Amino acid sequence: MKPRHKRFALVAGGVAALCIAAALILNAFNSNLVFFYSPTQVAAHEAPAGRSFRIGGMVESGSLQRQPDGVTVRFVVTDTAKSIPVLYEGILPDLFKEGKGVVAEGKLEGDGVFRASQVLAKHDENYMPPEAASAVEKAQKAEQESQRTLVLDKSAARGAENKP
Amino acid sequence: MSFNWFRYSSPQTFYPLAGRLAPFFWIAAVALTIAGLYIGFFVAPTDFQQGDSYRIIFIHVPAAWMSMFIYVVMAGWAAAGLIFNTRLSSMMANALAPTGALMTAIALWTGALWGRPTWGTWWVWDARLTSELILLFLYVGFMALHASIDDPRRADKAAAILAIVGVVNVPIIYFSVKWWNTLHQGSSVSITRAPSMASTMLLGMLVMVFAFWAYSIATALTRVRGIILERERHAAWVAQLGTE
Amino acid sequence: MQWGSVGEFIAMGGYGRYVWGAFGVTFALMAGEVVTVVKAHRASLRRARLFTKRGDDR
Repeated sequence: MKPRHKRFALVAGGVAALCIAAALILNAFNSNLVFFYSPTQVAAHEAPAGRSFRIGGMVESGSLQRQPDGVTVRFVVTDTAKSIPVLYEGILPDLFKEGKGVVAEGKLEGDGVFRASQVLAKHDENYMPPEAASAVEKAQKAEQESQRTLVLDKSAARGAENKP
Repeated sequence: MSFNWFRYSSPQTFYPLAGRLAPFFWIAAVALTIAGLYIGFFVAPTDFQQGDSYRIIFIHVPAAWMSMFIYVVMAGWAAAGLIFNTRLSSMMANALAPTGALMTAIALWTGALWGRPTWGTWWVWDARLTSELILLFLYVGFMALHASIDDPRRADKAAAILAIVGVVNVPIIYFSVKWWNTLHQGSSVSITRAPSMASTMLLGMLVMVFAFWAYSIATALTRVRGIILERERHAAWVAQLGTE
Repeated sequence: MQWGSVGEFIAMGGYGRYVWGAFGVTFALMAGEVVTVVKAHRASLRRARLFTKRGDDR
């Protein structure tokens, strides 16, 4: 074996060993490096009990309320399947909005309410001017509307069929 | 068959070539930066959710892409130096490391300044941010390891192994937002689907990406010329250069 | 163009500190790197000349 080939074999062997190590590290990462838990995961008791962790999801539309004391806010974090009520005392980030992503750190109390010590906004990767955003919103609303009328039409038709 | 591909892999021929190429990349870097900043600040509209804070994207994304890309190229040169024992390869790896580290630092710094107003925090230990910080440590480790070994050839070998090991971190950074729950959002630009950005915003970002490319090439070429002179000091051609 | 005045441009819709902090530090760092690499190359060239003249490693 020429020295160059020998070196190549050494490098190739090293890389292979590293790939295996990386795969193992990734595997460990995967089970430990969870930045936040979804409400569904919390409901399934996957989140650590009795200590602080993060929940992530969407702020349910219409759920944001300021408590009578003026500093505490209450909102519901949902992943559409399950939801968790959250209480938080402090300043909310600029991008915190109903219907948008949120990550809250805190503890789940026995009453099922999550007492947050920090609330972070999780935004999406879409960037567009406000006019485009409102156009997209309109289009989505129109689509939902048409789907609803479709459903209504169908049920009306069914109703008509059922009539003798 | 008159053109020899290995001609430019010798430091002696590459030194003047790098000197001739560098000015073009300096000019391109300046021109593209001016164009990119113009588009970014005067043509691209305000974002619907983030207001004008999103304009940090015009340097954050180019710096973050370059930080990963330079690492892969650096590790490639280092590996070539290890396998083929070519002197220039290791010098190229050494010339790229400081620029890569700078790009990583810029990505982290601009990310912090962007995260504070939008997410509500300068820093979180999520997979994306943590793996990018590890990239900075890899660059610094590569430079420190190389500097700590006196014999340059041995230093090249040791640093090359570290560089090759560190390559696994690059896909981790890139795919972290897909593989795990992170606070950091997904990619706006990907090869598998249409970009989720308004076209002028995207254009400004891409122009800045090319500006950062040109800048990185120009700095690496200039730095490698210095490294070549230092390490080929005993060669006859450097001596001849010295008498000019 | 969405800026009515220079003041508006500097304010960046209230995000001025963050935007200019990001761009300012980035270009300062880059300018610093440019100066460093150009100086380093010149210094190497000088050392190479000295080395040729004296024939030692200092």
